[in-house]
Amino acid sequence: MNNWKNFTKGFIKENPVFVLVLGMCPTLGVTTSAINGLGMGLATTFVLLGSNVVISLVKNFIPNKVRIPAFIVIIASFVTIIDLSMAAYVPDLYKSLGLFIPLIVVNCIVLGRAEAFASKNTILSSAIDGLGMGLGFTFALTLLGSVRELLGAYSLFGHKFISTDGILVFVLAPGAFLGLAYLIAIMKRINK
Amino acid sequence: MEYVIIIISAIFVNNIVLAQFLGICPFLGVSNKIKTSLGMGGAVLFVMTLATIVTWLIMNYILMKFNIVFMQTIAYILVIASLVQMVEIILKKISPSLYQALGVFLPLITTNCAILGVAIMVIQKNYNLLESVMFSIGTALGFTLALVILAGIREQLEKLPIPSGMKGAPAALVVAGILALAFMGFAGLV
Repeated sequence: MNNWKNFTKGFIKENPVFVLVLGMCPTLGVTTSAINGLGMGLATTFVLLGSNVVISLVKNFIPNKVRIPAFIVIIASFVTIIDLSMAAYVPDLYKSLGLFIPLIVVNCIVLGRAEAFASKNTILSSAIDGLGMGLGFTFALTLLGSVRELLGAYSLFGHKFISTDGILVFVLAPGAFLGLAYLIAIMKRINK
Repeated sequence: MEYVIIIISAIFVNNIVLAQFLGICPFLGVSNKIKTSLGMGGAVLFVMTLATIVTWLIMNYILMKFNIVFMQTIAYILVIASLVQMVEIILKKISPSLYQALGVFLPLITTNCAILGVAIMVIQKNYNLLESVMFSIGTALGFTLALVILAGIREQLEKLPIPSGMKGAPAALVVAGILALAFMGFAGLV
């Protein structure tokens, strides 16, 4: 029961994007389409899961004073793994996500969970927490990507509904800010 | 001339915050007052230029030489984190007044993705050292510009009756969206 709560809190109640307003750069930067949002979210989930597990494994060996640099090195290793794997297996997605894959290392969500959760809890609950938070992040990115793609190109996951051009501004930079602003406002309303 | 173009394009056309979505956290976090945003902008200008020079040298003279370019992410983040620590210690000793002005922002900068982003971007764009320096100065100025404008608007915004759901982050994001729309007017400038 407790594990289930741990897992689901990342989706609505403590959603990293909508409620905690963390990790804004990739959220705004890559969500030009639903598939990009999904890809970025899953990449971040992998890093979160991996770093949470490893950090909770080694938490007793790391002196308190150097814990942040140690966490960052662990996170950066997982980012390098996903960076190289994506370049090899999904080159198209990797190209459209571009700079934001190496930048997962400075995503506040990852370091935040390491510091706030994984450094204090058991391996199993850290893994569940990482997976839940990551999937919550994925959910938020996919939702924002879908909204922007629907309005901006009248399509979803590449399937076009109306053959005319969409409201282009939603695919461009301003649409990211406006879309996220209204999604956060709606989520605040739901959470109330 | 080409250096001027690099700077202008980094400030206006490809503004780091409004067009490339890097450094959003400080953009939303410390843009409540004009004064603090100027302090943050100064700290970013200082650290970004320094970090870009150091990481460029490491890339070209260590990582490429020993053929370990895949270590880029790990090497860069470690260098930037320790650089920020060093700057903090040195500033405290040499110039206490500057430390007073920038000090509180320095720890925040390690997790500012704009710093790491620019360091990676100058490698992707194949800039030489001088071009990299110009690019990072321009980017930092663009960051400061966006931050100060948003802070100016948010200072006024606080006096207005906003619906409770839109208060805080959503209102700031709407303003940022309108700013991004305005900055799109610079497209095609260079």
